[in-house]
Amino acid sequence: MSNDIAQPLPTSAAAPDPVDKGPIREMVIRPRSGWIAIDWRELWEARELLYFLVLRDVKVRYKQTVLGVAWAVLQPFFTMLVFTVIFGRFAKIPSDGLPYAVFVFAGLLPWTYFSSNISQASMSLMNQQSLLTKIYLPRVFVPAASVGSGLIDLLVAFVVFAGMMVFYGVGVGPGVLALPLLVLLTTAASLGVGLALAALIVTYRDFRYVVPFLVQSWMYLSPVIYPVSMVPPQWQPLLALNPMAGIIDGFRSAIFGLPWNFTTLSVSSFSSIILLICGLYYFRRTERKFADVA
Amino acid sequence: MTTPAIKAEGISKLYRLEHGGHGSKTFRDLLTDMATAPLRRFRQIRGSDVSMEDFWAVQDVSFEIQPGEVIGVIGRNGAGKSTLLKILSRIVEPTRGQVTLRGRVASLLEVGTGFHPELTGRENIYLNGSILGMKKREIDAQFDEIVAFAEIERFLDTPVKRYSSGMYVRLAFAVAAHLQPEILIVDEVLAVGDADFQKKCLGKMREVSKGEGRTVIFVSHNMGAVTTLCSRALLLERGALVAEGPSSEVVDRYLVPVSAGVTGAYDLRDTSARADNFSKIIVAARVLDASGRLTLTAAPLQKIRIELDLAPLASMRTPMIDIGFNNARGERIFAVSSNLSPTPLGSVTGASTASVTFEMPPLYPGRYEFDVGLMPVSGRYIDYVTPAGQIEVLHDGYLQSPYPYFVEMGSVLVRSRWATHPSETKQEVEKEVS
Repeated sequence: MSNDIAQPLPTSAAAPDPVDKGPIREMVIRPRSGWIAIDWRELWEARELLYFLVLRDVKVRYKQTVLGVAWAVLQPFFTMLVFTVIFGRFAKIPSDGLPYAVFVFAGLLPWTYFSSNISQASMSLMNQQSLLTKIYLPRVFVPAASVGSGLIDLLVAFVVFAGMMVFYGVGVGPGVLALPLLVLLTTAASLGVGLALAALIVTYRDFRYVVPFLVQSWMYLSPVIYPVSMVPPQWQPLLALNPMAGIIDGFRSAIFGLPWNFTTLSVSSFSSIILLICGLYYFRRTERKFADVA
Repeated sequence: MTTPAIKAEGISKLYRLEHGGHGSKTFRDLLTDMATAPLRRFRQIRGSDVSMEDFWAVQDVSFEIQPGEVIGVIGRNGAGKSTLLKILSRIVEPTRGQVTLRGRVASLLEVGTGFHPELTGRENIYLNGSILGMKKREIDAQFDEIVAFAEIERFLDTPVKRYSSGMYVRLAFAVAAHLQPEILIVDEVLAVGDADFQKKCLGKMREVSKGEGRTVIFVSHNMGAVTTLCSRALLLERGALVAEGPSSEVVDRYLVPVSAGVTGAYDLRDTSARADNFSKIIVAARVLDASGRLTLTAAPLQKIRIELDLAPLASMRTPMIDIGFNNARGERIFAVSSNLSPTPLGSVTGASTASVTFEMPPLYPGRYEFDVGLMPVSGRYIDYVTPAGQIEVLHDGYLQSPYPYFVEMGSVLVRSRWATHPSETKQEVEKEVS
């Protein structure tokens, strides 16, 4: 059933040259210190490894479970149900004039993607120590591969969401075309956080207990259950420092055709990129010690 | 003079050992460390801080390996072999020195790194292959060969968690054996699988180095495999490179340590190998060969005599003395006991010497340590020294086979003769995967 792993990769299909390693390359191993630049050439050459790691994560995720893809449907759906009852009905949190269920689901889409990426990526190195201690490979790929299964879950959740939109009779505008860009920003931010946490957890094992708490607190600092408009205007730029604030707000603007809040979005985009860069560099800095401490 | 494939210049690796601490540091430790740093600095000045110890796992090792050479790295446990391989494989970074590698490097420190039990054989071939650094095209090109080498055709689409351990290892090795790097670094992974498969792997390794001109670095405890496969060998001792040269010479050097002081005679009067609660009764041990000379080595079936000097005893009618031999992993292999001798030991009074003569069994070659113990006719040991001394069982071609013997096959070498003859009925013996 899973012969598809042997299908040609789109990346290599275009290259007709025979298997050959080209000229002999010289490599020098020596102690390094401080900040270490990212070896983009190495990452590019090993890109197929990333593909196979993503494929593995996706396959394993859906093979091991009884319900398979149903989890990707049920989890955000029930979260939405609970939030709608508690925050929509009981707490009567405003939802920019939309049905609360649709409103909260639109926020849960990027949020679930973001938080599951962080949880998966941060534990990835600790759960696969042999990839650190028994072999050399571009280690950035190990946490990065966790993003793949999150993306599949996100796609499935989108389908459920489309059904809800139809049910509630909410239409979509041309803004949805901006969604891929917002998903990309979410990926950048979650990867930045995930890489840093993965590196921290390899070095300091007890940091893994921080992750669930961090994710939980982060949700309340993000406009998942409440609209950005509920926050006093003078605090909004501060809120936007949280990348998820602008991204979630952007998701709602894109889907529901609400006016865009460009200040919030640009601050959040900026902080997403900063998070990714910081995460990557912290990871690179600690990477050379991984095999010693793992 | 060709450019070396591997050039190591003064590589060293320092580890900090924390006493009383266990491996991984926690964030909590970091916080406490920060809080107690001023106090520790004060203690350090007074020289009373002993909580950290520096340990050079590899120290100032330099060597050159020419393209196409097969090099064996040997040494006792903890000599730094694995650390050296990890440095060459880029897994750990050296503390000092540098290595220049010319060509694509692949290392094989574990069989099946990254295998996922839930994935099928086919999926794992691609996953493991790419983890080892193979391109997808290379895997595609060699896929059928890998499958045939591993002999798993029928189970290609079965999750590997349902594989027998033999199948699992065969598949993992098959992927690795089809790597095509210029430099291959291998750590004792041959020590797995059944004998037949090992033979196949050795054949493959020989083919890899001879036929395809690849440089291979091979770490092993198996001196047979090193002498058969490698042209040259490096001997590591406590992190330092102590010998380098033709593999048979280096292997001999390893098996017969010429370090001063160790002669085959062991002074046990004040040895730290005796626990505090024992009396100092066995005060010396000597290992002698058939001609009565002190020796450190014994060939299989060679006569060995061990003499134990006993301190004056308050009359003991027939004490029991045991000598037990342990292999490098600390497992007891055999023991000789005065109680099990056809003629039991007589009564002992005053200072005396007990001696035992026996034939060294054909053990797997390598170093064995022996313990000595003495107990009154019944009851507990009143003296026990572990280890009291050592003896190296030599590799002398006892099996008369061109192939090496692996310690995993068992500790005792048994010469055997094999033959085949046609049988009447052909039996189909196929193990089904459950």
